[in-house]
Amino acid sequence: MNPLPKADQPLPHFVSAAPFDAHSVMRLTPEQEKAALASQWQLMWLKFKRHKLALWSGWFLIAVYFVAMFCEIFAPYGSQTRNTDFVRAPPQAVHLFHEGSFVGPFVYGYRQKLDVDTLRRNYEIDTAQVHRIRFFCHGEPYKFWGLFEASWRLICPAEDGVLFLMGTDRVGRDIFSRILYGARISLTIGILGVSVSFILGVVIGGLAGYYGGLFDTVTQRIIEVVQSLPHIPLWMALASIMPASWSPLLVYLGITVILGLMDWTGLARAVRSKLLSLREEDYVMAAQLMGAKTPRIVGRHLIPGFMSHLIAKATIAIPGMILGETALSFLGLGLRPPITSWGVMLNEAQNINVVALYPWLMLPAVPVILIIIAFNFLGDGLRDAADPYR
Amino acid sequence: MLFSYIARRILLMIPTLLITSALIFTVMELPPGDFFETYQAEMQAQGERADMSRVEFLKKEYHFDKPPWQRYFYWLWDFVRGDFGYSFEYQLPVRDVIGDRLLLTVVLSFLTIIFTWAIAFPIGIYSATHQYSWGDYGLTLFGLLGIAIPHFLLALIVMYFANIWFGLSIGGLMAPEYLNQPMSWEKMGSILKHIWLPVVLIGVTGTAGMIRAVRANLLDELEKQYVTTARAKGMPPGRALMKYPFRMSLNFFVSDIGSILPAVISGAEIVAIVLSLPTTGPLLIRALQAQDMYLAGSFLMFLAILTVIGVLISDLALAILDPRVRLQGGASK
Repeated sequence: MNPLPKADQPLPHFVSAAPFDAHSVMRLTPEQEKAALASQWQLMWLKFKRHKLALWSGWFLIAVYFVAMFCEIFAPYGSQTRNTDFVRAPPQAVHLFHEGSFVGPFVYGYRQKLDVDTLRRNYEIDTAQVHRIRFFCHGEPYKFWGLFEASWRLICPAEDGVLFLMGTDRVGRDIFSRILYGARISLTIGILGVSVSFILGVVIGGLAGYYGGLFDTVTQRIIEVVQSLPHIPLWMALASIMPASWSPLLVYLGITVILGLMDWTGLARAVRSKLLSLREEDYVMAAQLMGAKTPRIVGRHLIPGFMSHLIAKATIAIPGMILGETALSFLGLGLRPPITSWGVMLNEAQNINVVALYPWLMLPAVPVILIIIAFNFLGDGLRDAADPYR
Repeated sequence: MLFSYIARRILLMIPTLLITSALIFTVMELPPGDFFETYQAEMQAQGERADMSRVEFLKKEYHFDKPPWQRYFYWLWDFVRGDFGYSFEYQLPVRDVIGDRLLLTVVLSFLTIIFTWAIAFPIGIYSATHQYSWGDYGLTLFGLLGIAIPHFLLALIVMYFANIWFGLSIGGLMAPEYLNQPMSWEKMGSILKHIWLPVVLIGVTGTAGMIRAVRANLLDELEKQYVTTARAKGMPPGRALMKYPFRMSLNFFVSDIGSILPAVISGAEIVAIVLSLPTTGPLLIRALQAQDMYLAGSFLMFLAILTVIGVLISDLALAILDPRVRLQGGASK
């Protein structure tokens, strides 16, 4: 039987008369379109967002750098303020309720007793003294960024009391404030050191990878040599070159350069091998055939191809620099005391007595650990995001 | 083929080591002053007069009256002939100073490496096969802590608690009464009782990096299609893991031998200083601080030679382990 109706009869099923777009199947949803048209950096950001730990670490680091930038405002004391009446005082706990009634955040004062046998000052919590912490207050005056006089602080001790959230050191400086001040030095040393090694690595590795030949061979040997030497002795030898008459600021810059000088080899290798492999890609050939000049090919096609990869590598190198600074300070070759860094603070904690008697002197290690873990996660996330094959 | 390859590599070592020796010598020369100035200053600070005739003799004997570049060639020539120079600080030939400490250092380092591998491999395999599980996160965090805590601080804390909980003497590799005694069974026992602490301490710091490396390398391999094929054809999971992917991920460690060899004789310097271990690491640091340049220079040169040999060994081992790696082949990428 013929299934079709007769010539002048309508079809038995419904046929839409609306115009038909044959391409509708191929059309992308808005999200798909966004992903397809996204630039390389947008794609990386999309991938990076999926790594939750890396994302949180990134926010944490931004917050920490923010605090370090404005540490004068966040710290209750100056970095060199000596409270000679409170030497090696233990940390004070923050309380909210005094004898059952709400007071707001406050700390109890200390009662001191001199131990006649050991000549140690013993501190006890004196619950009779209630020192309310003040917020958004005028405290000890300071020079913001060494430029403006100011005295406005986020938290201050009570007018007649003290506030040592993490205790004090051997001359009565507040450790909490010093950790905040130290963040400025310790956090920038990593960034500056990595910048030095980044520039060295990209320039030397780039030249070696692009020109090849004798220059490449010599660079490869030098890299091998630098990598074959243990880091700590070289740091030491380089650090001892710096004359003792240098100002602390110059020493600081010198140390960043030393840390960078030891670290560029890995980056240079990465740049070189990436350049060598990218040079053979078809799109480079296409660019060459279309008449692009060498600088354009390198700047426009090759460098963007591995920049993301390099940034991820550099991020992973930062923790090593921060730890390197603490190691140099441990050996007494790092930064010198008027400058406050976490390494300098930990330098005072390298005695077994500290562990037994004044464990709070080791507290600067806590931010070191947190920062290093955060940088590691961030670096992991960036590396995964920069890898186009995942 | 293999023989000519090795011969070529050994020939290539010569320029590398020459550059290294020049670099080491420069670095040793760079700090202002030399050992004799430091020595005279120290003697004067103690109110004594340095024995000038002796200083003059040593200066002449070790060519300190000649310009540095000449001294460099004297040093290099002596080194090649097996004379590593004289340690001014210990007043002994460098060979004797280092020799005393070498055995303990090597024992300690080998135990540490074995400890590191014994911990890192199982954990790394677990992390890779249970990616993004709580166990993976927890172990990764533990590993990161090992990287993140400054080593000297960890050493101090662990030493303190080892003293309180296990009654170990603070610092050193043996109980104090055995310090200057000849080797005996009791002394061996005392060393064995103490050595686990530095092994664990140095090991923990190295384990972290190792765990992450095992995990990353193994994950890369597990994604590949031959693993899926093997599983699809019914290979038991354990065998499908150990037979090829694990073996491939080992390549990384073999290529790392180059850095392990020198670490075996230098040891973790900072932990060794804190624990006051009689190993070579603190010796090197002290020599650098006192500008005892033959001791420091010759020791660094040793490390460099070991590194170069280590790299060669790892290249050869890689070729044996992974048949795709070819020894010859001109342009390397």
